Amino acid sequence: MSAVVLVWAVTIAQCMLVVAMGCNVYRLVRGPRAQDRVLCLDAMYANAMLLILTFGIRTGSTFYFEAALVIGVIGFVSTVALAKFLMRGEVIE
Amino acid sequence: MTHAEALPAWAALLTAFFVLLGASLTLIGAIGTLQLRTFFERIHAPTLGTSWGTGAIVIGSMICFSVLQTRFVLHEILIGIFVTVTTPVTLMLLARAALYRDRTEGNVEVPPHEVVAQKDGSGEPTGS
Repeated sequence: MSAVVLVWAVTIAQCMLVVAMGCNVYRLVRGPRAQDRVLCLDAMYANAMLLILTFGIRTGSTFYFEAALVIGVIGFVSTVALAKFLMRGEVIE
Repeated sequence: MTHAEALPAWAALLTAFFVLLGASLTLIGAIGTLQLRTFFERIHAPTLGTSWGTGAIVIGSMICFSVLQTRFVLHEILIGIFVTVTTPVTLMLLARAALYRDRTEGNVEVPPHEVVAQKDGSGEPTGS
């Protein structure tokens, strides 16, 4: 019984995360300016990380943890680099 | 999903609750990026997903794997700490870049640069 509840909860959570990614993709495509697009790219990195964590809960395997951590680190670095680019026009001065 | 039967009922229900909580907070944050009008309102919305959504899902994952492996599995807390530390930094950098761009273009909706560097001997800007 509780296993069925867990399976359904993880499935619904993954559907919610995919819908959230869809909202971010819409803003990424439509976004009036460059900073909106960078903001949504950062949010999409976070959503992808959460989606991989829920896949880890679903399969019961701890190997998804490293992928989620790497995506989190790459999201941080890429957003900082893009913010620097928006500010200065170049990343490495 | 064979490992789900190995979980006791309280752990499964707690994991399901935290995962659903995190996912719904993330969804609310993503809807906020669609609904809010200006960029400076919009920048607050994804913080809901990146901080509270990540926190709740990480707590659910920690409960699940700690009960499955009958020991404390705390390495997910690395993701939580990392995201909590880095999200304010990235969003502050992004907001400052957006403010700089809007001021450079002379956008009227952005407050002007009002910090006046007064030469009062100390050299520190004392504008309020």
